[in-house]
Parts: sequence; structure tokens; C-alpha cells
Amino acid sequence: MRREQGPMPHIFLYLTVLAYALSFGSYIRFLRTGREIAGGFGTLFLVLGLIAHYVALLERSRGLHTVPYHDLYGSMSLFGWLLALTYLGLEFYHRQRSVGAFVLPFILVFFLAAHLAPADRLSPTIAHGPVFAFHVTLSILAYAAFALSFVLSLIFLIQNRLLRNRQLSEVVWRLPALELLERMSRSSVLVGLISIAVGTILGFIWVDRLTGQYWYYDPKYVITLVVLLLYAVYLQLSRTTTWRGARASRLCIFNFVIVVLSFTVVNLYLSHSHRYF
Amino acid sequence: MEIVLVGLNHRTAPVEVREKVSFTADQARRAADELRARGILDETLVLSTCNRSEVYGVPPESSRDCLSGLASFLSEFHSVGPDLLTSSLYHHYDRNAVRHLFRVSAGLDSMLLGEAEILGQVREAYRSAHEQGATGPVLNRLFQGALEVGKRVRTETELGSRPMSVAAAGVKLAERIFGKLNGHSALVLGAGAVSEQVISSLRDRGITDLLVMNRSRDRAEELAQKFNGNVVEWASWDAGLLKPDVVVSSVSADEPVLPRRVLESAMNARGNRALFLMDLGMPRNIEAAASDLYNLYVYNLDDLSGIVQQNRQAREAEIPRAEVIVEEHVGKFLSWQASVELVGLVSALRARLREERTTFLRTRLSSVTHLSPGDREQMEVLMDELLEKLLVEPAERLRGERELRRKIQNVEALRDLFLSDRDKR
Repeated sequence: MRREQGPMPHIFLYLTVLAYALSFGSYIRFLRTGREIAGGFGTLFLVLGLIAHYVALLERSRGLHTVPYHDLYGSMSLFGWLLALTYLGLEFYHRQRSVGAFVLPFILVFFLAAHLAPADRLSPTIAHGPVFAFHVTLSILAYAAFALSFVLSLIFLIQNRLLRNRQLSEVVWRLPALELLERMSRSSVLVGLISIAVGTILGFIWVDRLTGQYWYYDPKYVITLVVLLLYAVYLQLSRTTTWRGARASRLCIFNFVIVVLSFTVVNLYLSHSHRYF
Repeated sequence: MEIVLVGLNHRTAPVEVREKVSFTADQARRAADELRARGILDETLVLSTCNRSEVYGVPPESSRDCLSGLASFLSEFHSVGPDLLTSSLYHHYDRNAVRHLFRVSAGLDSMLLGEAEILGQVREAYRSAHEQGATGPVLNRLFQGALEVGKRVRTETELGSRPMSVAAAGVKLAERIFGKLNGHSALVLGAGAVSEQVISSLRDRGITDLLVMNRSRDRAEELAQKFNGNVVEWASWDAGLLKPDVVVSSVSADEPVLPRRVLESAMNARGNRALFLMDLGMPRNIEAAASDLYNLYVYNLDDLSGIVQQNRQAREAEIPRAEVIVEEHVGKFLSWQASVELVGLVSALRARLREERTTFLRTRLSSVTHLSPGDREQMEVLMDELLEKLLVEPAERLRGERELRRKIQNVEALRDLFLSDRDKR
């Protein structure tokens, strides 16, 4: 069932798509020409996109009379927003814009998939309150950060393969240096690990408040623990051991497959209380 | 107002002539002073690099006259026979001189297409001449334009962005792996000319630590001292390969200097930290089988020459885009120059007409006797008003309409048409 929307939300949907698309175009141009100004526009449009996206999320939550992440589409949109935010943070921290062209398509796809699909009208739920809100936001932020490290590791493997095989096409000169990609991927995973750890603890606190018991079995716990462990292992391997480089990047990609598994199979079919995040 | 350029460069003069005619900074200042003191030029700027010596100037009279003066000044200043010079010198006027300078600062006229140093040299020559007071409104405008062209070509095209030597290409590749080279270290095997070139490239890109290894220790010491590095004993691989991230090898040896087993144990000792190897030896210094070791990146002379070749083609492909920028700015400068000249022409015309009016009244009205002094005065005022009216509209249009100024390319012709010789300047 399609929820009713006034003209305003539509405007912000279009604005978000437009800003993200322009940002994507600018980043592509930056990658191809290496002109700083193109990269600067990429960042500018991304910031504008983030703002418009935020308003779109807000409108959606007003339309639903609940948090915007209460359904799959809402959590996908929030995921896209946090992905953009995490990427922007990394871009500023590492002063590197060549990755934007690879991240923006994901943000766009998540946003479009979430907002073009009809929203479920759900019955009011017990899911509310700041603890719950932070639990969800931090968990989705963790998934976004892991997605980003997945993209970065993928680029690492491509760049590494080109350099190892001495296939020096135009792209080689535009992609970030291997060491930088590793560092960006590691800091992204670190953000993910911290958010998922804090988010999970908040989840337990919330369950405790709601039911008076810390623990009841949910397959989501197991897979979250696995994800946590796998990323901790990646962080360790990529920094100091003989696995650093391509092997660690492959592990990072494998880890994200588990995350996707957690997001899809576990959420939809196995978990009782984690349907959408 | 004309711009004249006399000079020679790597295309017109062999190095023996170029080195004789080159100016140090002091000499450039002195030459500029003398050229103005002798009245050969009103505004002067001397641009001298290892590949070119050029004098830009604005002559007081027709530039055709100042040419021989300039040539004989150069031959006198540097004590070079005039015959030797004449065959090497080129000269350009106005549009061609402007275009020449803009192409120079864009790197289009350089021996190494698109090289970056020339822009700095043009900037320095201009700064020095400007401080000295040797330049005036025309050369100031001209050189500001040249600097803008240089900057635009470098930011808007890829004329200068790709390395053109094997050494620079290798160092650029290392940056694809390690990012900025600050905080990284390099080991250089061999101490010949190639090694020196690579070390200089590495230092340019900010490498922090430098190790030199050579069969003859003396030469290694010499090179290490020159570039502030350290010497490592020949073939002490355990020490030499543990820390560096970049290894450059250009040793003449029949057998590979770095066999696979040496590199394998080095990579073990390094915990597989990435190692970039530039093999510039012929025959190759690094055993081919080593390239499949984990986290090892091996590039040989052919790979790097391939990059240089690609880059040369890429740079050449950028020439048309750079030329478009040059032409745009040549047009801009000429339109500015024309507008200044036109404004000068209009005021010269006004002065001329006033003078004609005075002469006319004096000679013709003397025979008309029935006019009172008051009437005569009235007539003068009316004629002045008429002259002003005739001149004001064109003058205002010249000020306001850029397109009109652009259309009037040949201000000299207008001068010839309206002003006789004695009024030209």
C-alpha cells in the first residue's frame, strides 16, 4: 500500500537523487581528469545529497508515524545515508577523493531502492525510545562502514592486480595508492567494529528494559558475534602479519559476504526480532 | 606601441652558442638597464634559462630599427661574433612575440614538452625585472598573461602531468603503492649515472631514508654523501633489504644481482611488507622468477620505457588543448593592447583637431573683418563643441564595446590614415 505523500517529500526525493547523481558524475570526472575542482564538486554535491536525504528520511518517518528504519526500505535508506556519511568522514580524514566514484553508485542504489518501493504501513510497535534508536542507528552505521571497507578492498584488489601484472592502464594512475586503500579500509572497519559493539550492547540494554532479561536466543546474536570476530581478525592480519595486502583484502571481502548474509537470510528467515536491520 | 622579441633557444642554437649568450640574474638586470639607458628599448625583460635566452621589449620608435640595435647589443654584451649570433637569433613582433611567450610559459616550446620548471623561470624573470623597474604597462600585462597561461595549461590539460623519464616514471609508480614517499626508504644498487638520476627523482618526491650499495665502496660513499644517504656493504642483503620499500638496481652484471631466493628470504624477514623493485639493469639485475613473490612489485627497463612512451603520446595529444588556451590569451592580450592604443589614438586625434582649428581660425578668419572679437570667440567655442561632439561618441563606443575593439585590429593603419607622421607618437 502506497502511503500518501504531499508535494514536499517528492521534492526532497528528487533533490537527493539529483545531488547524488551530480556527485557521482563529478567523482567520475575527477577520476578521469584528475582535476581537483571536479573532486571538490563531488564532495559538495555529496554534502547537499546528505542534507536532502536526511530531510527525505525525516518526511518518511513522519509519514509512517514512527522511526524511518522500522521497515526494510527505511533501514535501506538509512543504510545509504550512513554509508554516505561514513564515506564523507573517510574522505576528509584521509584527504582522498578517488574512491568516491566507486561508493556513490551504492549510495544511489540503496536510496532509490528504498524510496521507489512502496512503504509498508506497520502497526505501531514497541520499538521506540532513544536506546533503541541508537541501537539501530549504530548497527546500520556498522554495516555501512563494513560495506565501505568492502568497496575499498575491492578497489585494492583491482589496483593490486593491475600493478602486479604491469597492466598500466589509465585507471592505475587515478586510483588511490595501495597503502592508502588499506589504511582507509582499516579505519572504516574500525568505525564499524566500534559501532557494532556499542550498538549491540545498547540492544541488550533495551531488551533488558523491555523484558527484564538480558538474554534470549536469537540467531542474530551468533552471526553478529561471528562478524565482530572476523573483522577483528582482519584488522589484526592486515596490519602486521604476512597476510597484509591482497590476502587481508580478500578476507575483508569474505567478511562482507557474511554481513550480507546477516542482513538478508538471517534477518528475513531466522531472526525473530531483527527483521530489517 | 609594439612588442619585440629577440632570442635563441635549443632549436636555433647549439649548446656552445647558448652557453655564451646566457644571462645570470645579475647580467639580466644589467642588460635591462643598459638597453633602456641606450634608448634601444623603453620596457625590457630578459628571460634566460639553460635552453633559451630571450629579450622582450617595447621599443621607443619603430621596432624594425631596434632589431639591429638589439642584435649588436647582445653580441657586444656577451662578446660573441655578430655572424655567430645572426644565424642563431630569431625575432618576433607583436602578435607573434605574444604567442611565442605564451607558448614558452605553457611548456609548448620546451625541449621536454610540458616541463614544469619554465613557468617558475618566467615568473622569476618577471619578478626581477618588475622590481628593477625595467618593465612598464605593456610588459607587465604581457607577463601576467603569460603566467596565467602557464597556470591554466598545467591545471586544465595533462601536458605536464606525466613523467617523461624512466627514473621519474618508476618513482611515480612507487607512489601508486606507497602513496607519498615521505617516511619511506629506498635502496639503490649501483652508483652510475642512472642511479644518480633515480636518487634525485626519489629525493624530489620526498623519500626519507636512502641507502646506497655498490661494488666499489668509494663511489657509493661519494653518491651517499651527495644525496645525504648511507652506504651499505655490497651483498649484505639481510641489512640492505629489511627496511627499504623501494629498491632500484642498475648494475652491469651478467648474472642477476638479486636472485629469487634472496628476495624470498628478504620478504620473509620483512613480514611480507610490500617491496617495489625497479630493475634498470641490462641484462636484468632481478631474476624473472622473483616477480611472483607475494607483495613484490617488479618493473624492468622495458616496462618503464613503455610508460614513458605512453606518457609522451599522452602529452602530445594534449598539445591542441594547450594551444587553444594560448590562442585565447593571445586574443585577450591583443584586444587589451588595441584598446589602450585606440584610447591613445582618440586623444591624439583630439589634440590634432584642436591644433588644426587654431591654425584654421588664425589663417582664414584674418581676412574676415566684419567679426567682432566677441564673435570670433563665440566661433571658436562653437567649433570646439563641434569637434568634441564628433569625437565623444566614437570614444565612448570604444570604451564600452569590447566587440568593436576586437574588430579594430590594426590601430597603426588608423594612425596613418588620420594623423600625419609628426603626430604619430
